[in-house]
Amino acid sequence: MSALFVLIGISIVVAGSFLAAFLWSVNKGQFEDDYTPSVRMLFDDELKEAAATETPIKK
Amino acid sequence: MSERFAYLDDTPTVNKLVQFSSGTQTNVTFSLPQMHCSSCVFLLENLHRIEPGVTKSQVNFQRKEVFIIFNPITISLRKVVELLAFIGYEPDISLKDSTQKKAVTYNKKQIYHIGIAGFCFANIMMLSFPEYFSSGNIEQAGLKATFTWLNLFLSLPVLLFSASSIFISAWKGLRQKFLNIDAPIALAIIVTFSRSYYEIITGHGAGYLDSGTGIVFFMLVGRWFQNKTYDSFAFDRDYKSYFPLGVTVIQNNTEKNIPVTQLKKDDRIIIRNGEMIPADAMLLTGNASVDYSFVSGESSPIQKYMGELIYAGGKQCGAAIELQIINEVSQSYITQLWNNDIFKHKKNKEQSFIHPWSRYFTLALFSVAIITAIYWSIADTSKLLPAVTAVLIVACPCSLLLSATFTYGNMLRIFGKHKLFLKNAAVIESMAKADTLIFDKTGTLTQNHASALQYNGTPLSKKELATVQALTRQSAHPLSKIITDNLGNVNDGQLLTVNGFKEFAGKGIEAVVNDMPVKIGSAAFVDELYNTDNYESGSQIHVQFNKVHMGAFTISNQYRSGIKQAVTELQQKGYELHLLSGDNDTEKNTLTKLFGKDADIRFNQSPQNKLDTVQQLQSLHKNVLMFGDGLNDAGALMQSNTGIAVSDSTTQFSPACDAIIDGSKVGLAPRFLAYARAGKKIVAASFILSIIYNFVGLSFAVQGTLAPIVAAILMPASSISIVLLVTLLSSLVAKKIGLK
Repeated sequence: MSALFVLIGISIVVAGSFLAAFLWSVNKGQFEDDYTPSVRMLFDDELKEAAATETPIKK
Repeated sequence: MSERFAYLDDTPTVNKLVQFSSGTQTNVTFSLPQMHCSSCVFLLENLHRIEPGVTKSQVNFQRKEVFIIFNPITISLRKVVELLAFIGYEPDISLKDSTQKKAVTYNKKQIYHIGIAGFCFANIMMLSFPEYFSSGNIEQAGLKATFTWLNLFLSLPVLLFSASSIFISAWKGLRQKFLNIDAPIALAIIVTFSRSYYEIITGHGAGYLDSGTGIVFFMLVGRWFQNKTYDSFAFDRDYKSYFPLGVTVIQNNTEKNIPVTQLKKDDRIIIRNGEMIPADAMLLTGNASVDYSFVSGESSPIQKYMGELIYAGGKQCGAAIELQIINEVSQSYITQLWNNDIFKHKKNKEQSFIHPWSRYFTLALFSVAIITAIYWSIADTSKLLPAVTAVLIVACPCSLLLSATFTYGNMLRIFGKHKLFLKNAAVIESMAKADTLIFDKTGTLTQNHASALQYNGTPLSKKELATVQALTRQSAHPLSKIITDNLGNVNDGQLLTVNGFKEFAGKGIEAVVNDMPVKIGSAAFVDELYNTDNYESGSQIHVQFNKVHMGAFTISNQYRSGIKQAVTELQQKGYELHLLSGDNDTEKNTLTKLFGKDADIRFNQSPQNKLDTVQQLQSLHKNVLMFGDGLNDAGALMQSNTGIAVSDSTTQFSPACDAIIDGSKVGLAPRFLAYARAGKKIVAASFILSIIYNFVGLSFAVQGTLAPIVAAILMPASSISIVLLVTLLSSLVAKKIGLK
């Protein structure tokens, strides 16, 4: 039965990491605009490289 | 174009617009209402290729905004704006941007609350399963303690973080001596959690933490669902959103740009093509052709001559004009409206009918709790506390509230699909209450940019019509445009040469088309022997071929499709209809036919008249709903119980209102109103269902036999079934009414 304790611990950790991922993505603004990124990914690759060299924007 | 954005060279103006500025980097966000497709995103995100001074541009399509970082050393803000205007996306820069920073509508905190509540709720639910299945007798003592203590820790973030908004709202209500719907919910949460903590700490039982966290989670989701509104719409615009930021003044023979707020009486200003006249002024030089479509919805420009007074709010079409200010911006004819008290105080929002219901509910709940307490204090004191707390836990009004939030949330979406965009869910209730409807004419009942063209006179052949079109095509005058558009494809491939084109402002146009002199314009222009008796009044455009008068085109307003039916339907349903038009009574006959003889139709209404009429109706205890469009309706829309702004393109400006409707959907008004009324019934019906659930739960609770498993099943089952029921019902009713 003591295996249960370990399993419960693991399940909480796994679920907690999903929660952390969700909170992180909200904080990064991934849900702010759910249309533009889907269009942006279709643009040519060279633009992405150009954009990648810029410093990330802090609002 | 060259001088239009000159005010952006003014440093104080620039500082108001930019969000951040250092020596080599400036950040600014513009609203670009023209944005409409993925190509727009591509073009706007590649600004740095067109203009190296731009470091980065990032589009938020849903908000129709672009965030731009540029280097102020290589490029000025004015140049950036000019570049955007040049590629076809003129930023929407207005006085309001500088007076008030836009509030971020996206509420991250709410999402965090929901995320954490959901996580804790699901885990507590899972950890409670063993307890349910073993009916409280888990053999290993250590395991049971682990489960319950884990639950306790998991519930803490929900109580302390996620539920905070509910507590705050309840507390605010109590401080104003008002029992809002959050108060009983806050009470239920406190009782549930404290009893559960007591049971766990003393080792008596497992508590009701699964139900308690569930309540919080469902409540938060319901609220989010209902409050999800439209990011790209603004419902609180006043004249400041329409007016420009800067204006060119002439001081000591030099041009200077100043912010419009600093304009004083007797200042001399220059207004160029496409610019707005910011204050009442007198025309000094130039020919003014003023388009008042912002103000009245009427798009044909009005000619003004030297020395005439020009009211603020119009846009100059044509060459630059010089004006002398007569009234300051805030004292002008159209802006005066905003000095009215209704714009200073926010509309007193009527309380939703849910609130009184929740008050009855709370009272009933307390009565049951007290009766239970009295009963058990006599019969068996050991059961007193468990029974009373169980009553308070199980009878949470959350299913009551959920039914309203989900019904209205779903209805908002269905209205949105039919291009009626409501500011919030409370508007549904105020629409359902309306019994008196007011319509504006121009731009509301009539279409702004479509006009019917009628020709009277010597019949014109196809070739002759093509000749007319060849001439009107040369002119940018709105009336010429209407003729060009209406004639369509009369010219099938013939080559017509147009020589010696001349445009006489305010009169007409002439040219030699295929060796034939043609004149088109006002009666006085076309016919030198002009005699008013020969012609009808109204806006007529006369045609003359080879010095022979052929006939005249009449442009009349075109009513939106479905208006006639809508009006009849509304009258049948017992709504009281009024029509308030700012125009003269040329359309009186058509409108009387439309509204019937007895209808209240008023012409020549000033913005103040319209506002007064609304107030007058309200003093007769009418519940007024108004459809209007231009700035001249702004006061009346604000005063109405429900103000609905009509807009031909939802990107266009619209005055402060409770809802925005797409012009083509005005004909659906009877259905929208019927649906709003039906929505209220759906909420009432689901209330009854939730009360039945509460009775079931209470019957366990008063006996002091509410097992955690019963609470844990009843609570989500009632919530989920109510959410499903109201969503389904509101969609079904929409289909039945004809709003798929």
